[in-house]
Amino acid sequence: MTTAWIAKNRTTLIVTVVVLVAAYVFYYAKNGIAPSMYTSAWGYAIPLVLAALVGVIGERSGVVNIGIEGQMLVAAFAGFFASAYSGSLLVGVLAGIGSGLILGGFLAWTTVKWRMDQIIAGVVLNIVATGITSFYYTPGKQLPGLMPSFDVPLLSRIPLIGDVFFTGTSIFATLAILAALAVHFGLFHTRWGLRTRSVGEYPSAADTAGINVLRLRLVNVTLAGSLAGCAGVYLSMDASSSFERNMVAGRGFLALAIMIMGAWRPLRAFVMAIFFGFINAVASQLQQSGNFDVPPQLTGTLPFVVTIIVLAIAAGRVRAPGAVGQPYIKGDE
Amino acid sequence: MSETPTVAEQAAPPPPDGSPSDEGRPDRQPLAFMLTHQSGVVIVVALIIALAVGALLIRLQGVAPLFAYETLIKQALFVPDGLTRTLQKTAPLVLTGLAVVLPLRVGLFNIGGQGQLIFGAMFGAWVAYAAGGYGILGAVLGMVAGIVAGAFVGWIAGVLKATRGVHEVITTIMLNYIAAGVTWWLVTGPLQAESSKTSGIPQTELIPESAQVGAVAKIPIGFVIAVVLAVACWWMLSRSTLGFRFNTVGANKHAARYAGINISRIVTLSMVLGGGLAGLAGALEAEGTLYRFEPAVGGTLGFDGITIALLARANPLATIPAAFLVGVLRTGAAGLQFETGIAPEVVDVLLATILLMVSIPVLGKWIFRSRADKVSAASTSWGN
Repeated sequence: MTTAWIAKNRTTLIVTVVVLVAAYVFYYAKNGIAPSMYTSAWGYAIPLVLAALVGVIGERSGVVNIGIEGQMLVAAFAGFFASAYSGSLLVGVLAGIGSGLILGGFLAWTTVKWRMDQIIAGVVLNIVATGITSFYYTPGKQLPGLMPSFDVPLLSRIPLIGDVFFTGTSIFATLAILAALAVHFGLFHTRWGLRTRSVGEYPSAADTAGINVLRLRLVNVTLAGSLAGCAGVYLSMDASSSFERNMVAGRGFLALAIMIMGAWRPLRAFVMAIFFGFINAVASQLQQSGNFDVPPQLTGTLPFVVTIIVLAIAAGRVRAPGAVGQPYIKGDE
Repeated sequence: MSETPTVAEQAAPPPPDGSPSDEGRPDRQPLAFMLTHQSGVVIVVALIIALAVGALLIRLQGVAPLFAYETLIKQALFVPDGLTRTLQKTAPLVLTGLAVVLPLRVGLFNIGGQGQLIFGAMFGAWVAYAAGGYGILGAVLGMVAGIVAGAFVGWIAGVLKATRGVHEVITTIMLNYIAAGVTWWLVTGPLQAESSKTSGIPQTELIPESAQVGAVAKIPIGFVIAVVLAVACWWMLSRSTLGFRFNTVGANKHAARYAGINISRIVTLSMVLGGGLAGLAGALEAEGTLYRFEPAVGGTLGFDGITIALLARANPLATIPAAFLVGVLRTGAAGLQFETGIAPEVVDVLLATILLMVSIPVLGKWIFRSRADKVSAASTSWGN
């Protein structure tokens, strides 16, 4: 069984080993990559991982979620201001996750129950999110404190991996790792996962088998909203401790691209998110070092340029879930 | 999209024997069909609901909603030069609306109006400044440059969709950010006005007055151009062979392929035309409103185009009243803030509510109590 598994995942394993070895070599080599690059890459990747998982869960159940950007923005807003006004970080985190759930529920209800076009529903969500957060934005508020950071016992002692992922880490960083593992296990090794995938691939077959297609889609898209909430809260309360207008800055859309590049698989999306984190870290490094005469305005577009290039290569090689984007009408086929 | 089926198409489960494919089914029609067959009553209801939601927000800010709406309308239409300013605002909105309508007829969702517009504005402003000595010719050259720049951005998304099958929604969004970054670099670097370099204000040189696009008898020239183009788009879509091809590809790709239509070319062309229209909107903003390029030139024009296109039910002529409505709201909102202190973002919420209401198939069903609802599938699978 083990050998079969290795044979099946040969490419993935080879790539993983090569990347890991390269990472260690550059980490310990003289004049290699500075350790801060690794940390900054992971810091940029955390919300992308969480948001990409939202996309994976949604599309695996057959619902396109282009409103992740808006969900994150509202969650960042709600989390920041709820804790600024209440004086409690916990209240903020809960408010952020709650708002993510509400918007997830909104998207689920409009697309699944009302059969609204899924892309338009997402666009509406994004416009509402931008409008509401700008409308109620008040400058000059502060968080009551910093999010707690901690070292994960044992794991933080692993060289490099421990330093980057498990030392001085926050609940959201840990959550991103756990969530990626959990969604992977859930999708491919549980009854829920099999049902979710079948609902996303061939809903009428799933319906015939007695699965409540609409309910499963509703529940999945709504609950996935909580992860988008965490991603948003991370941005305004952990990564920066301030809320700015449009602070999500395209991360929600990048996450969708990451989901596609990760072939709708949670762990591959996790790796792709870290890849994007690295692109961003390299971009900001270029900006600071001054060795290259690249204007900072252009290095900032690097993740988006890379997305288009990678998608142009990846498209056609990866396959979307069969029923993505199509509302399900019982008894239609 | 291409002539050979993509991996996704091959791997998709074949439809059961004897059953028609999705495209042929009445309740699986593309978005364009749903929009063009939607009743006008839905739009009226959507407007009323949106105004009610806006009233609630305004009420919560401690201002009487009726007074606020009255101020808004007054500021947009009845103050001196108010109508001219509103029409000035309407012109780019008609164009960004058309920029969404044309690809929508082919079944593509262009949410890259923002990026195409800002690119058009940048190059329009630059060329109009550089050719400013030639008077009207300079103004025209600026517009052409804007069209070309916007069309180029649209072409990237279109050609990637047609040849590589990359979903246009993702590429256009990415291009929005790229266009913003590139123009920001140009306006703070190579193309920054000499006078602004010391103060650091990101803006290009002022376009000479002879190459500015002004107004004739209080009607902005840009508005006239926009209306002419809206009529031209309507003629193209409903009376020309090209329009027939657009509609055929949008309604049924398989039928279009059997009819010998080059789908890749039509898809690319729709994005090029859409991008060009958005680029022209940007050039007009630069030449007629700001008289130079500034990063904020786009505002929300690109995204308002989506609302306008859907409100207009993908009908080019209807983009004119739809854009006028949005123009009134946007122009009035600025005055509203001045008078009552209500943030102009309330209009975003209003427009989003309208957009939501006109695109819910159920709304039509509720109103007519029939199976009038048409399910759309603009959001086809990402892979193809």
